[in-house]
Amino acid sequence: MNPRVAVIQFPGSNDDRDAVWALRALGADAMLVWHAESELPEGTGAVVLPGGFSYGDYLRCGAIARFAPIMDAVTRFAAGGGFVLGICNGFQILCEAGLLPGVLRPNASLSFICRDVALRVERNDTPFTSRCEPGQRLVIPIKHHDGAWFAPPELLEELESRGQILLRYEENPNGAVGDVAGVTNEGGNVMGLMPHPEHAVDPLLGSGDGALILASLLDAARERASAAAVLLA
Amino acid sequence: MKATVLVRPKEGILDPQGQAIEQSLRKLGFDVEHARVGRVVDFDVEASSADEARERVNEMCRQLLANPLIESYEVEVHE
Repeated sequence: MNPRVAVIQFPGSNDDRDAVWALRALGADAMLVWHAESELPEGTGAVVLPGGFSYGDYLRCGAIARFAPIMDAVTRFAAGGGFVLGICNGFQILCEAGLLPGVLRPNASLSFICRDVALRVERNDTPFTSRCEPGQRLVIPIKHHDGAWFAPPELLEELESRGQILLRYEENPNGAVGDVAGVTNEGGNVMGLMPHPEHAVDPLLGSGDGALILASLLDAARERASAAAVLLA
Repeated sequence: MKATVLVRPKEGILDPQGQAIEQSLRKLGFDVEHARVGRVVDFDVEASSADEARERVNEMCRQLLANPLIESYEVEVHE
């Protein structure tokens, strides 16, 4: 069964169609969902918040998007254990919405950075990294101006001890504390990352490593759907 | 009532914009240190007293205008 993935389209999203393309290439029934909708499509197995500049990055990146009508449905979906992946601006939105810890700040260099970076997978017993080996090195591009993830020291320590840091930069490109490139919520069903896995699903474009993250998500959505079906039967 | 909210990066938070401005001012020959860049939000707010307005604006800061992880804020209210 092909898991249904809702890719939320905000005004100013610009990686929404790339995300749909990449997810479909990996076998998902991926569809765009407009931010003004109040419900996710029936049978949604995962939600992706794509990259871009939702609402022009006004106030702070992601700060306005959390008021989009669809975000209530996304929050309910996450509260029920549904898998939610935020990429770049999607990560910023999830942090501002309180679904993920921390916040994204302007890069220490103040420049927009657009290049491949190397990442280390901290653990693979998660819905977002199950196709990776622990410690595996992934090459995935970043393209952001506000990608320096920040959490106060005591919060970072808590997240580290609970294993919520999933991806770290091999060489820190943006000033993120703890070299953090990707984190999860406490429940482990919501993840955000600054690198763009949807831009790295075909070796022809430099790397296919992003497919490991997206395919892990699809595996998890598939498993959850079949577990639910067994429960209903 | 008129309200002004000043939002600043918290102490200890890296502020690359402030650093860039500080360096530029130094290049112009101004002897400055510790430049920090924040944001000003002005608006009119309905309230029957300055205290009530202040309380309301503080709530706005907590919910939206500032991110408590990285920003502090000050509220000014005037008739």
